[in-house]
Amino acid sequence: MHDFNYHRPTKAADAQKLIKKHKDGALMSGGMTLVPTMKQRLAAPSDIIDLTGLGNSGVKVLKTKVTVHAGTTHAEVATDKDLKKAIPSLCALAGGIGDPHVRNCGTIGGSIANNDPAADYPAALVALDATVVTSKRKLSADKFFKGMFETALSRDEIVMAVEFPIPDKSGYAKFPNPASRYAMVGVYVADHGKGNVRVAVTGAGAGVFRQKAMEKALSADFSANAVSGIATKADDLNEDIHASAEYRAHLVGVMAKRAVAGAK
Amino acid sequence: MPTVSMKVNGDTVSGEVEGRTLLVEFLRDTLGLTGTHVGCDTSQCGACVVHVDGKAVKACTALALACEGQSVTTIEGLAKNGALHPMQEAFRENHGLQCGFCTPGMIMSAVDIVKRNGKKVKEATIRAELDGNICRCTGYHNIVKAIQDGASKM
Amino acid sequence: MSDTGIGARVARKEDHRFITGNGRYTDDINLPKQAYAYFLRSPHAHAEIKKIDTKKAQKADGVLGVFTGDDTSADGIGGLICGWMIHSKDGSPMKAGPHPVLAQGKVRYVGDHVAVVVAETYQQAKSAAELINVSYKELDAVVETAKAQSRGAPKVHDEAARNTIFEWELGDKAATDAAFDKAAHVTKLDIVNNRLIPNAIEPRAAIGSYDRGEDHFTLYTTSQNPHVARLVIAAFVGVAPEHKLRVIAPDVGGGFGSKIFIYAEEVVCLWASKKIGGRPVKWTGERSESFMADAHGRDHVTKAELALDGEGKILGLRAKTIANLGAYMSTFSSSVPTYLYATLLSGQYNIANIYCEVDAVYTNTAPVDAYRGAGRPEATFVVERLVETAAREMNIDPAELRRRNFVKEFPHQTPVIMCYDAGDYDASLDKALELADYSGFDARRKSSEKKGKLRGIGFSNYIEACGIAPSAAVGSLGAGVGLWESAEVRVNPTGNVEILTGSHSHGQGHETTFAQLVSDRLGIGIDQVQIVHGDTDKVQFGMGTYGSRSGAVGMTAIDKALDKIEAKAKKVAAHMMEASEGDIEFKEGSFTVKGTDKAMAFGEVALAAYVAHYAPTDDFEPGLKEGAFHDPSNFTFPAGCHICEVEIDPDTGVTEIVNWTAVDDFGTVINPMIVEGQVHGGIAQGVGQALTEGCVYDTDSGQLLTGSYMDYCMPRAGDLPSFQLGFTETKCPSNPLGLKGCGEAGAIAAPAALMNAITDAVGVNDIAMPASPQTVWQAVQSASSKQAAE
Repeated sequence: MHDFNYHRPTKAADAQKLIKKHKDGALMSGGMTLVPTMKQRLAAPSDIIDLTGLGNSGVKVLKTKVTVHAGTTHAEVATDKDLKKAIPSLCALAGGIGDPHVRNCGTIGGSIANNDPAADYPAALVALDATVVTSKRKLSADKFFKGMFETALSRDEIVMAVEFPIPDKSGYAKFPNPASRYAMVGVYVADHGKGNVRVAVTGAGAGVFRQKAMEKALSADFSANAVSGIATKADDLNEDIHASAEYRAHLVGVMAKRAVAGAK
Repeated sequence: MPTVSMKVNGDTVSGEVEGRTLLVEFLRDTLGLTGTHVGCDTSQCGACVVHVDGKAVKACTALALACEGQSVTTIEGLAKNGALHPMQEAFRENHGLQCGFCTPGMIMSAVDIVKRNGKKVKEATIRAELDGNICRCTGYHNIVKAIQDGASKM
Repeated sequence: MSDTGIGARVARKEDHRFITGNGRYTDDINLPKQAYAYFLRSPHAHAEIKKIDTKKAQKADGVLGVFTGDDTSADGIGGLICGWMIHSKDGSPMKAGPHPVLAQGKVRYVGDHVAVVVAETYQQAKSAAELINVSYKELDAVVETAKAQSRGAPKVHDEAARNTIFEWELGDKAATDAAFDKAAHVTKLDIVNNRLIPNAIEPRAAIGSYDRGEDHFTLYTTSQNPHVARLVIAAFVGVAPEHKLRVIAPDVGGGFGSKIFIYAEEVVCLWASKKIGGRPVKWTGERSESFMADAHGRDHVTKAELALDGEGKILGLRAKTIANLGAYMSTFSSSVPTYLYATLLSGQYNIANIYCEVDAVYTNTAPVDAYRGAGRPEATFVVERLVETAAREMNIDPAELRRRNFVKEFPHQTPVIMCYDAGDYDASLDKALELADYSGFDARRKSSEKKGKLRGIGFSNYIEACGIAPSAAVGSLGAGVGLWESAEVRVNPTGNVEILTGSHSHGQGHETTFAQLVSDRLGIGIDQVQIVHGDTDKVQFGMGTYGSRSGAVGMTAIDKALDKIEAKAKKVAAHMMEASEGDIEFKEGSFTVKGTDKAMAFGEVALAAYVAHYAPTDDFEPGLKEGAFHDPSNFTFPAGCHICEVEIDPDTGVTEIVNWTAVDDFGTVINPMIVEGQVHGGIAQGVGQALTEGCVYDTDSGQLLTGSYMDYCMPRAGDLPSFQLGFTETKCPSNPLGLKGCGEAGAIAAPAALMNAITDAVGVNDIAMPASPQTVWQAVQSASSKQAAE
């Protein structure tokens, strides 16, 4: 790892000042991806601005909406009692990220700002039609995620929270990469009522995407059978040593069914 | 160089570090606590697991400076007043280790698993919770047994 | 049986230091004024080195030295060797290219060592390495085993035409062909034994230290056999003569074969310490370096055939194997696909005719050498996949087909060198069938079907040759060394005992099991016994630990030394109790005079031996210390039956192991708990090979695609079940303790059992390893479309 200056501001405004000032700096919120990347010398920021000092964590459940602060760890999301009642699938998703040690450090803000195409959270945000609250603005999840490792965030913009509308029902099914345990395919389904169903797929493509044909079918009939036979085009899907695009496309169907079947 | 202070196994310690110094490097190189091991460079093997403020974390992926003021427990701090922790005993009694290299991380994870899942933690839960700890020697059979045994005595 | 003697399930003596974080592995050791090494490795699979410019790196912060192959050759540092000579069919010796410790003009695999930077800190060394400018001329690479010998394939070494190191054969070709000619049924399989990366959780590490005052070198290293390392470094690499070199292998975090070999990094650290004026030089491998540059395992491509008569009696077996040895010949690489492989192709069966051809090839990949089982897993896989497939094709129950062909009389001479000395293959099969509830399988399969799952069952009746090895035998087959073992027993005046063994423990629990033998023999507790190993300054020359040899060979050496101790102690006791030597009896730690109530405890005799006030000088010397070397008269033949049951989710291709039964015959078991642990670990590695692990290189560029745990899938706790173990026992007749060895059995047996179960579940003849979800899903797809077409 190349050396860097380490900062741990306690106020969001200070964090913003620091990232503005250090053009080659990087924000860190858990470091579960950034630290290994720096260790491999694939990233060499001059300054690290560690956001864990902001104390910006916690889950707040209201009647129709849940706010998860950006610094909330996956373990905290997974075990939050109120959230388990409001959006149980979000807890289950967080409880399946990485391993227990990663879940104790990694945060929702860090995860979505990194936008790894195989990360779990992007599927949840898109399917749940979440809103990302940044230090500058509010953005819908659809607009926030921009393809592989890219988001709408500007360099000095910090994710502060994610707001999730509480759906009638939602479910997440993940097929983990056997080696890395990242999502090889993950499908999040959410029934928002009144025929509004959203289906988001992670791991399979260059970034999270919506499976519109399934959304349509599920809007009419929210059942596992409804997605049977709905194919996902393999053309744009990822290929690697673990899974061909064709296999991934197939798994999207299987995981979608399982997500619907398990939706609560 | 910046300085970092933290509590390690109950003792207040401090030392000069670089920004890039990892917690595991601080423990091993600065403090000489070599029980915490490094087995990989992608945060997966879990040989480096320690507890930071009561939570199990991978010391190879934590910056030393980020642990300023925190309380760290390593394998060396698990036994109290010369008495082994029940989980340490259980690993020995159940032959839950062979070469011993992954063992410190395994035991630290095991203690954490039981803390979160209770004394009657099931085999399937233990196996799932060990996702972040790789052992090449034991086939996990006796590790799982040891954790169940240790859990009942914690 | 005493509380801590042979057969006792005692907790391990060595565990206390490991569970408290007080183990002492190589990377835990830091020497005063220590510097750090970083190796610049080749980014290319195959390239000529036009120029290496180290000027900038030399001037970088903290740098003490930057060295290349020019520097090592200027100092007369030799290359690494392969210590087993194989001759081709035509009688010509194997064609080995040089194996320099730092590249000489060419790099041959991604990870090949190009230069070393030594600096004050590791990070400084690593940063300086980024400043080394190497001009490469990239060459085409050959990566795939099956394509290495193709016309026009890039040549890895000038010495080896068609990249062929040797074309070896074993067995009677004409007789085997004749057996096939009269066969009623022939089963054929194309088998790929996938390449594995060993992945001991402790990465390799070394500290080389040169003492200018004494002109003496010390090497701390992660080695399974420190004396062999010293011998090779002294006699072939030439860094220091043997008496000026101490090699210490302290606690070692797993080996599985990969730490047998003499590697470039260790040698270079030792040499570099002198180059920088005597400061110790430390190198600790990163995991990514382990992936690139530890010797890999397996990597065979085989065409195999089994000939049977109409009743399912095996008439002959034929195999043609191409073995990939990588870019350089590692220490024992040539023995693995030859004498450790083809000699086991008879399995547990009475097969009159066997013929095997093996071509060993160079490719632009990491060197391949022994990995847990070494040749025997490959042999077992060939035999057990063939037998299972034949049973299916002939509609004979796979257990029954095996039974019809078992060797039943011992000793049994196979047509491929080995002479099996003892065994009872029916007994292990019977016990395994019972433990696995084989008769209930059909009902379980039906209930799986109801859940939409595919259930399958598979057998593996493996045999291995362990207790490696009789020196004369291996010498006649090409080994450069004898494979005996040594021991010294030092009884201290206060009656406790130190055992110095040439074996090396890196997880096997020798500190306990060896002590149990001493406890049993001398009637003292294991806490009174200290096992000393892993330091060439302390321990007499020994051969180290691999090939499940430490019990059968290493413990027998201790046992022989204990015979001498007992004899000497009897002499002392006779003198002390004023009796004739022939009247002294020794039992449970007490020397008694036959027919009297006179007795002396072992400790009293030990003290008397050292006090020696009454020692008549013309009869015996004071002291109680004896040594022994043991050279076995035969290999040992552990064998057993593993039965695996799987359930496959046809929608995803995910295989779940729902049942694993292993019944093994290891002869005498010293400590059942430790032996069970060895079986568990072996099975897990075999499951890894069959289900999750596979080294993948890009076939064009030769880049390693499985270079970290992100892509190389290590089996985790959730991938494995708890195992059901049983034991049968036939004593090994070639050593007094009756030991056969247990370290490799699981890894040898498991892949065939698992693949037999998976192919049974899916209903196809073959599925490639590792049977990843994708691979199994594809097999399910093609099986069901085939079924639909029928």
